[in-house]
Amino acid sequence: MTAWVGARVPRKEDRRMLLGRGRFVADMARANTLHASFVRSPYASATIRSIDVSAARQVEGVLEVLTGKDLGDPFLQAVLERDEFTPTKMPMLATDRVRFASEPVAVVIAEDAYAAEDGAEAVEVEWETGPVVPDIAAALEAATEVHSGTGNCLVDLVMFDDPALPGIFANAPLTIEATFRSARVSALPMEGRATLAEWDDRDGQVVVHTSTQVPHQTRSGIAQALGIPERSVRVIAPDVGGGFGQKCVVSREEVVLAAAAMRLRRPVIWVEDRQENLTASVHGHEQEYEVTAAFDADGRILGLSADIRCDIGAYSVYPFTCAVEPLMAATELPGIYKVPAYRARGRGFATNKAPTAPYRGVSRPQIVLVMERLMEKAAARLGVDAVDIRRRNMILPGEFPYTGVNNITYDEGSYLESLDLTEKKITEAGWYAERDRLREQGLFAGIGFSCFSERTAYGTPTMSQRRMRMTPGYDTAHVRMDPSGEVIVTTGTSGHGQGHETTFAQIVADQLGIHPDQVRLRQGDTDLTSYGWGTFGSRSIVIGGGAARKAAGTVAGRLRKVAAHLLEVGEDDVELTQGEAGVRGVPDVSLPISELARIVHFQTHQLPEECRYGLEARESADPPGTFSNACHAVLVSVDPGTGEIRARKFMVVEDCGVIINPLVVDGQVRGGVAQGIAAALYERITFDQEGQPTSTTLMDYLVPTAGEICPIEIHHLETPSQFSENGSKGMGEGGTIGAPAAVLNAINDALAHRGIEFDHIPVLPEDVLS
Amino acid sequence: MKDIHLIALTVNGEEHEIVVESRRTLADVLRHDLGYTGTHIGCEHGICGACTVLLDGQPVRACLVFGVQADGCDVRTVEGLSDGEELSDLQKAFSRCHGLQCGFCTPGFLMLSEAYLSEQDGVPDEAQVREVMASNICRCTGYQGIVEAVRQVAEERAG
Repeated sequence: MTAWVGARVPRKEDRRMLLGRGRFVADMARANTLHASFVRSPYASATIRSIDVSAARQVEGVLEVLTGKDLGDPFLQAVLERDEFTPTKMPMLATDRVRFASEPVAVVIAEDAYAAEDGAEAVEVEWETGPVVPDIAAALEAATEVHSGTGNCLVDLVMFDDPALPGIFANAPLTIEATFRSARVSALPMEGRATLAEWDDRDGQVVVHTSTQVPHQTRSGIAQALGIPERSVRVIAPDVGGGFGQKCVVSREEVVLAAAAMRLRRPVIWVEDRQENLTASVHGHEQEYEVTAAFDADGRILGLSADIRCDIGAYSVYPFTCAVEPLMAATELPGIYKVPAYRARGRGFATNKAPTAPYRGVSRPQIVLVMERLMEKAAARLGVDAVDIRRRNMILPGEFPYTGVNNITYDEGSYLESLDLTEKKITEAGWYAERDRLREQGLFAGIGFSCFSERTAYGTPTMSQRRMRMTPGYDTAHVRMDPSGEVIVTTGTSGHGQGHETTFAQIVADQLGIHPDQVRLRQGDTDLTSYGWGTFGSRSIVIGGGAARKAAGTVAGRLRKVAAHLLEVGEDDVELTQGEAGVRGVPDVSLPISELARIVHFQTHQLPEECRYGLEARESADPPGTFSNACHAVLVSVDPGTGEIRARKFMVVEDCGVIINPLVVDGQVRGGVAQGIAAALYERITFDQEGQPTSTTLMDYLVPTAGEICPIEIHHLETPSQFSENGSKGMGEGGTIGAPAAVLNAINDALAHRGIEFDHIPVLPEDVLS
Repeated sequence: MKDIHLIALTVNGEEHEIVVESRRTLADVLRHDLGYTGTHIGCEHGICGACTVLLDGQPVRACLVFGVQADGCDVRTVEGLSDGEELSDLQKAFSRCHGLQCGFCTPGFLMLSEAYLSEQDGVPDEAQVREVMASNICRCTGYQGIVEAVRQVAEERAG
């Protein structure tokens, strides 16, 4: 039954990519395709006096220029059904006011991309600039409002307000007050956003090929914004060049392209350039935490209070809303530690910057950083070992399932085991001696840890607690065996680099007793798949893969029934393995599974009623969620002369339950850690005080290369989840979640002798030198 | 008025003659005029390296070269790496070492690696490979699989 799950199967996706035969949106333009270019605001805050498109229409090659008014002023409104939330509208093209630099106000459609850009330059907009809200401090002052009448605070949640906290803080042996900050960053997929929309007269629908993680949500957004039935929109995600969250919300440009194609009845393509990707696409992670924590004399945490402020930018993204970061942070801050008393206030502030959306980790890189810094601060103040203090606070073996002060139930994990193994591995590998050597060479050097869990696979039982008008969570898979015994699986999840074509095939192949090469995955097409929520939040293998396993199991049951009839044995005695339906204990009696499939389709009349008419099943999965966990350790060096900080060695001990494919899991861990190191040391989206973006190229926004990212050693523990069909836990974000805290702790270890301590990311050379 | 030119270039051994605007990049000529969409465009300002192709054997950013500059040149793209349907040793190594995930940056890394390996006499160490691979950006893999793939091929080719 488990011949393929757990095997290091090379990916089915690789071949076409290596041959240069991937099919990304930008590869799909045909001779009659028109090209779109957006006219964007040069100001962070301005009133639009007028838009004059007459000169643009005269530009050679330009066919059409459309404004919001031309399209009937379509908008999207993401809603959280809570009193603490203020809904705001996001126009697809701004008509009267712009709220961030790069906000789209018109679209130019031309014969090629060059002419479209010429046309966009010729559109004349009369602007009246207004005062700018550049940051959280200005938003709090509320002298200027990004959305009139909101006071700039679009969500304000007070959760778990334990009345005992003031007393605990007054009487505890140790109280720590600290402020933590993380910079605004970009998910920066290597393929930016891209959309090709075309009207299909035969099917009476607009077909939108788009680089998205969430095809069905995009269809819903387009249908809602344009006021048309969902049936008349088909969204297809071809090969997608990474997403990391940036493509899990509906883009305004996707809606505008659909509207333009419906109007022009010609294919229209838009491929954003990197400047648009850095300025007009969504960002994430810009947060600050004002925290008070109390500890007893042995280093056990007694109470925790946090004021969490998130800069959510100018608009509330659809459908997740701008509450996604503050809600996640306030709900999950305690993490793996047993916090007896807790209070959190989570707020989201509107500013004149691009909107924020879920980016890999969603607030958890920040909350892990807060808790891991608090542990180290308390250890230093109390004279307790900085690693050991974690053991005194974490949920220990024998305490699972553990329900925390935040009403979250943590399923079985290996929090202690992963820390113990990490410490053992780095000691054996000589990290402490290496740290000493580096120090003798005149560098500052330090070792840092972070321990964390990652809640994954949020089904509707969990997502519904957020009270979103559109509540994601479940997914549905369909498994169909054809007359030759090969299988098509459909899923509402939508992989974009994670290797789902391979891992789903492994899961289904084991259920049906066939080879993964006989299984093809169909995903990313709203006409081919049941309504589903796409790929984000480390959900796909648990929910999509879980549904696929259930559906394959149902088909396997039918195959066993057919085999039992033909072989004249009991159903329970039939085994499906290696392409054969065999009989337990009778080695010589079997039928090829392909023969069963042939008979079911071509001679179905020979079978009893319950075995006839095809081999297919549709099943859904909707789990409460499951926690994977890991421990990270990193060795860093700091050059006192240049301020350069280097991550030199990185160790991960991770536990995502049952591993479907170790190759894929290791790849997810390494890529995630690289993004975590990036957030800790290199990347930040910056603006000046007028809200002008100042990180608009890859020369300003420093994505680390192979020269900066060190080798990452990985060890696995496997604690299966009871909440998951496969026993697997999601693991797509853990690398990004844990790495920043480990790196920051290592920097502080390196600088401790200088009495310097940082509580923000990224830590840059100039921070060290000042 | 468009400023147009007739150019001739060889791509993966095949000769092409086309009329291009002077401002049209080699990346757009390859992708949209000649159909070699395996070459990807990731930043259009010469940093990410996704559009790396070999121009007369040397790796270049196809987004920073105008089509007219390639007049009379020999171009190799990712589509020219395999022997028909048979993957090259480098392509196989990328798959074996999980040196790709979403696949968008992959053509650029393959062409960079191809040029680098063709210049090697001995087997480079990991630091040397990393320094060269630092020319390009990958957002998915953390680079380890890419570096390992290039090292393995260097060893295999050195025999």
